[in-house]
Amino acid sequence: MNEPRHLFDKVWDAHAVGTLANGQTQLLIGTHLIHEVTSPQAFGMLDDLGLSVRMPHRTFATVDHIVPTDQRHEPFDDPLADAMIKALRANCLLHGITYFDLGSGRQGIVHMVGPEQGITQPGTTIACGDSHTSTHGAFGAVAFGIGTSQVRDVLASQTIAMTKPKVRRIEVNGELGPGVYAKDVILHIIRTLGVNGGIGYAYEYAGDVFDRMTMEERMTVCNMSIEGGARCGYVNPDDTTFAYLEGRPYAPKGPAWDEAVARWRATASDPGCAYDDVVVIDAADIAPTVTWGINPGQAVFIDERVPHPDEVPAGERASVAEALAHMQLQGGQAIAGTPVNVAFLGSCTNARLSDFREVAAVLRGRKVASGVRAIAVPGSTLVKEACEREGIDRVLIDAGFEWRAAGCSMCLAMNPDKLRGDELCASSSNRNFKGRQGSATGRTVLMSPVMVAAAAVTGAVADARAVFGAREA
Amino acid sequence: MALEPILHVRGRGVVVPGDDIDTDRIIPARYLRAITFDGLGEFLFQDVRFTEDGRPLGHPLDRPERQGATVLLSGRNFGCGSSREHAPQSIVRAGFRAVIAGSFAEIFFQNATTLGMTCLALGDDDLAAVAALVEADPAAELTIDVAAATVTVGGRSYAGSLPATARDALIRGRYDPLVELLEHDAAIAATAERLPYVSGERG
Repeated sequence: MNEPRHLFDKVWDAHAVGTLANGQTQLLIGTHLIHEVTSPQAFGMLDDLGLSVRMPHRTFATVDHIVPTDQRHEPFDDPLADAMIKALRANCLLHGITYFDLGSGRQGIVHMVGPEQGITQPGTTIACGDSHTSTHGAFGAVAFGIGTSQVRDVLASQTIAMTKPKVRRIEVNGELGPGVYAKDVILHIIRTLGVNGGIGYAYEYAGDVFDRMTMEERMTVCNMSIEGGARCGYVNPDDTTFAYLEGRPYAPKGPAWDEAVARWRATASDPGCAYDDVVVIDAADIAPTVTWGINPGQAVFIDERVPHPDEVPAGERASVAEALAHMQLQGGQAIAGTPVNVAFLGSCTNARLSDFREVAAVLRGRKVASGVRAIAVPGSTLVKEACEREGIDRVLIDAGFEWRAAGCSMCLAMNPDKLRGDELCASSSNRNFKGRQGSATGRTVLMSPVMVAAAAVTGAVADARAVFGAREA
Repeated sequence: MALEPILHVRGRGVVVPGDDIDTDRIIPARYLRAITFDGLGEFLFQDVRFTEDGRPLGHPLDRPERQGATVLLSGRNFGCGSSREHAPQSIVRAGFRAVIAGSFAEIFFQNATTLGMTCLALGDDDLAAVAALVEADPAAELTIDVAAATVTVGGRSYAGSLPATARDALIRGRYDPLVELLEHDAAIAATAERLPYVSGERG
């Protein structure tokens, strides 16, 4: 009888090509996702070296980071955006890479497209030149972000040099309260373990809260693993995973489907396997969570006060003071009631159909507060169309949101969607770094989509449970 | 692609204080709107160095006595956030050869090492001591011994940490792994063949 193993070891071992001279593992990347921002330099390096793409059939591309969400005809007003998208299209054509282009109906944020198309599968390795590649771990894949030189390595060899991380199991058990969402779970985990707590680890998310989560909720959690320092985070595959994948364009079909499901099931962590660390969290301890600072670990429950520099350990004092100064907050003040200028619903963390359904349910018949600029950006073209079929777009537009086309948008503000000056944005995205949303003095408060809706209609950071009445989460 | 072994990094330092300095701060996303890494050095830490209309904010990198510094010192979790290689690219292209910090975010560390930039982590007390020496004396010369994972400054040596894999890659000049990866083509093919989703199963 073999030792029980966790998913991470099984996937790692199945993809290990060998050991490199410096002791790192040469790891096969079965699925390589690329986008317009971090790939052109890699293709350039490939050309300089006279190399070709090793496995074009395992490489998939789309355009998301820089694409405008309000202008979809080319050429784009931004000549740099235009050049980047044309470069990606040309590189994909030249190398025989599948490209979900703007007109394909399947374009979207790369971390939405992989799952939607059934490209993201359990037991696989997935790399992409984007740190939120951890999203795909929701399917029981080992998925992580890489830099552009590594994009080049994957293009050329379908492998990278990598050091095997340790594995920490994070169990969340019990029942989440009404109005507490997957976003709150991951913000709470990051707050608890720190933004650097996951360095050197892959996170395995487990416990009955994760067992009950939909795939979209699991993606929200895995997406922000990197915000806790973990390059990769995953949930073991189960019937929920298989039900999501069945029938998707790139999912196996017929007898191959049954074989794949059997294989995927066997990939899950074995009962009794050993972990390098285990953390257990009680779901009942988690309340709607918002950030108050300039990294995603600087977060409080909606009914808490922001910390005062005098109350925190000496080593954190300077960071807390810097964050408070940037956010224009006073130590010890309540976070609820902080005025909001912009509401952003979007990003690879929270721009899926279920997010928009939740938001539409609370926004029906309500209006965005005067003076608040509200933008809703579906994560993919398929999500946009599904929302439009269900009339969700009408609800949002009637409430006063702008309804845009799919892309990363104001999550990182590489396209025209940006904060202006020191605007404060209630955002369903993943990063509240200084300058992240396109203005050096702009301010970001991260929260769940329903909390963004509450901020939008009240014009201030607010407890959605009080604004909309307690609903079943 | 024979690379120069990196045994030592010698140079003057500049301290950019703070923990959790993220890659958006190192290089804001708007500078990623390009299809090459050319010219990125100019925009390193742009938004904390200059106002929107270009007035200098007195950032350490812009102080006259710090010009020509090749060792960047910072706090814990340096390079967290985005996987953008633009971040270490901008540091290298601004003339830096090493970063000394409390710890490094993983993707940043890997990206930096691949470019041959040494990332040495120091414990809190040693980091504070080295930063204080550098702050006090802009002319102070730091010497990083890559194999020993130490930094020497002001006549004293401080033991840091640098993972053995990165140390080996730097001192043997094989920090860019591509040639070695390509050498194992048969093993890559064999591994791929064992994985139905890679070798082809779409029915």
